[in-house]
Amino acid sequence: MTSATAITSDPLSAEAVLRAVEGPGAGAVTTFVGLVRDHNVGRKVLWLDYEAYAPLAEKALGIIIAEAEARWTGARMAIHHRTGRLEIGEASVVIAVATPHRADAFAACRYAIERIKQIVPIWKHEHFEGGEVWIEGATADANDEAAREAALKIACA
Amino acid sequence: MRVNVKLFARLRELVGQGELTLDVPGATTVADVWAALVAAHPAAEAYARSMSCAVNLNYARMTTPVADGDEVAFLPPVSGGSGAAVR
Repeated sequence: MTSATAITSDPLSAEAVLRAVEGPGAGAVTTFVGLVRDHNVGRKVLWLDYEAYAPLAEKALGIIIAEAEARWTGARMAIHHRTGRLEIGEASVVIAVATPHRADAFAACRYAIERIKQIVPIWKHEHFEGGEVWIEGATADANDEAAREAALKIACA
Repeated sequence: MRVNVKLFARLRELVGQGELTLDVPGATTVADVWAALVAAHPAAEAYARSMSCAVNLNYARMTTPVADGDEVAFLPPVSGGSGAAVR
């Protein structure tokens, strides 16, 4: 049985994440795979380095899974996030969600990726042609209810 | 009182180390630890308005109490997942 959460420097396996959510009650499974892209705001990206506060990041993934499983009845979710140097085309994050009905599987999956960007203590160091830059997004606070509501709104749009 | 401070990403680079022990006499909250960090490493000040924090692996606020031996982490704005965050 694959673990529901992982922060790992090993290459991610979408199949392993899928196995973590399988079960007889599932009527639909969605997966999301985030990839390293070769361009960002006009820059030619060479590679990315992901740094994590690993123990809190893994805990944050667990918080997101608990939020989703509470919101969507019968949902089972797993999330693995990679750290270290990633080349173009490699997977940085894999999410799998199994639910009794398909609409919930899509919504819960979208919710998870938005929440990851909001609260999980992982930082992307972009190495591009001509330099490098730390990418900074949201101020991470798992107890910020407004952020959680915003993620829910996007998921259910 | 001594606390273990953890820093990440650009904040780690500005301070020059990812882990340090700070002696903060009379500290009672995360805000006191932050003030001591900035006093010792003024470059950290750049994150005064954008960082968040955690105490012993729990998301915290600047008003969260701290005790001797606690692990206090200061987190620059995060950027996990892939692509840009939807605002």
